[in-house]
Amino acid sequence: MEEVPHDCPGVGSAQAGRGASCQGCPNQGLCASGAGAAPDPAIEEIKEKMKTVKHKILVLSGKGGVGKSTFSAHLAHGLAEDENTQVALLDIDICGPSIPKIMGLEGEQVHQSGSGWSPVFLEDNLGVMSVGFLLSSPDDAVIWRGPKKNGMIKQFLRDVDWGEVDYLIVDTPPGTSDEHLSAVQYLAAAHIDGAVIITTPQEVSLQDVRKEISFCHKVKLPIIGVVENMSGFICPKCQETQIFPPTTGGAEVMCHDLKIPLLGKVPLDPRIGKSCDKGQSFLVEAPDSPATLAYRSIIQRIQEFCSLRQPKGENLVGS
Amino acid sequence: MEAAGEPGNLAGVRHIILVLSGKGGVGKSTISTELALALRHAGKKVQGKAVHQCDSGWVPVFVDQEQSISLMSVGFLLEKPDEAVVWRGPKKNALIKQFVSDVAWGQLDYLVVDTPPGTSDEHMAVVDTLRPYSPLGALVVTTPQAVSVGDVRRELTFCKKVGLRVIGVVENMSGFVCPHCAECTNVFSRGGGEELARHAGVPFLGSVPLDPELTRSLEEGRDFIQGFPESPAFPALSCIAQKILNEAPVGLS
Repeated sequence: MEEVPHDCPGVGSAQAGRGASCQGCPNQGLCASGAGAAPDPAIEEIKEKMKTVKHKILVLSGKGGVGKSTFSAHLAHGLAEDENTQVALLDIDICGPSIPKIMGLEGEQVHQSGSGWSPVFLEDNLGVMSVGFLLSSPDDAVIWRGPKKNGMIKQFLRDVDWGEVDYLIVDTPPGTSDEHLSAVQYLAAAHIDGAVIITTPQEVSLQDVRKEISFCHKVKLPIIGVVENMSGFICPKCQETQIFPPTTGGAEVMCHDLKIPLLGKVPLDPRIGKSCDKGQSFLVEAPDSPATLAYRSIIQRIQEFCSLRQPKGENLVGS
Repeated sequence: MEAAGEPGNLAGVRHIILVLSGKGGVGKSTISTELALALRHAGKKVQGKAVHQCDSGWVPVFVDQEQSISLMSVGFLLEKPDEAVVWRGPKKNALIKQFVSDVAWGQLDYLVVDTPPGTSDEHMAVVDTLRPYSPLGALVVTTPQAVSVGDVRRELTFCKKVGLRVIGVVENMSGFVCPHCAECTNVFSRGGGEELARHAGVPFLGSVPLDPELTRSLEEGRDFIQGFPESPAFPALSCIAQKILNEAPVGLS
């Protein structure tokens, strides 16, 4: 879609093509005719594309900086440790794409082939896609409004040749806005297994996460469960302490109140940040860390959840 | 489109500071709050951007008895705290414009604007809307790790592109002092903030350590204004606030 005006009411809106800000927009005629409100053909195209993808998991959080990308990357690493499992990791954080760095793939480029864009392969069975691979410099800013970000996400889902994939993990930016709506809408016909929601123990996080849970209910996205990250810190000298105190009972109380599974709690290990900065798998760098044990247990629970939801082909109930 | 450049509701505001980061969860909101506290401690009247109506518009929510810190947020407009705001860009932009034009800010020394992470609709909207009022500039927050710096350098590019002056970079969560044994651990690595500032050619304003007690007291609604000077974060924040106070142009009425 071409550049839209700053106050674009949205193509599906009743004001589409008719609002004051629509004057002069190249798409005005299209919107005014009601064509803009018709379902996007890309949704069917993406459904076709996703037929080779068995399980789709969204990693969400209302809150920023709780460890979504860290978790998505390690979920991908963990699943891909079995070389017979094909894993794909898609980063739809357009403004702050962290996945290339965390996966040690900074500087890699995306290639076009006859069957679409090729993801960047870390291993034979682990492919990654991010807007980060399309930027020429680490200082480049992606200053895009919603519609352009949505277009990119559509391309990622429709034009990337993922091949046969067992798990597609979609890492998201914080919030409940364009990227999240687009991911859910474009994948509507393709059946998302569910969302893993990441939080830290403090109320300031939980407050945002409850909104994310509310978003999931609104768009009928199943919730696999919640992961409480940065849950306690083992001081190297003495004992456990809390850097992000669970002032209102942490994720445990929230999950109990909202009747959502708590998949696990991951303690803060300073080595996690270091591994991410180096682009290494923390699971391999620190196999004995309580954080690694927590990650592995959570990954197993996610696999169990997905195995109960085997794709049923055409008779799928979409979200 | 409303007339640009009309002072309107921002006429009584002396200085505007935007708190930005490319990265989520680095502590923009915490630093905005702590900066507001530090500026107030230095005797200034602050507005962090809930809500009654008066003749000149929405009335911000006052945090303290002396009415030296007030607050405006979409959080005050929600019926239920868990209500999700599932809006695309244009609707968010419209609310941001309203916050600038329809809030009765009154006489303020400092307006601190807390933003979400990124370089998208909200950031473009707030820069465009505040441009006629010549903001003092942007405080850009990062944590020390490379993953954070990787996003924040893009934010610095954004500032350059939109002509927003960078007052400086603040490195947050810079070390954690264990309350039991005083061992300082660099939980989120170290050094990234200073290096970023150097690379981008902007001032490095300082490193703020993690203080769970301050966060806890903010969350529990305790009188953090009294407790604040005891925090290990206080010296760093006062220093940053002082640097900002020094920035304020002389002679502005």
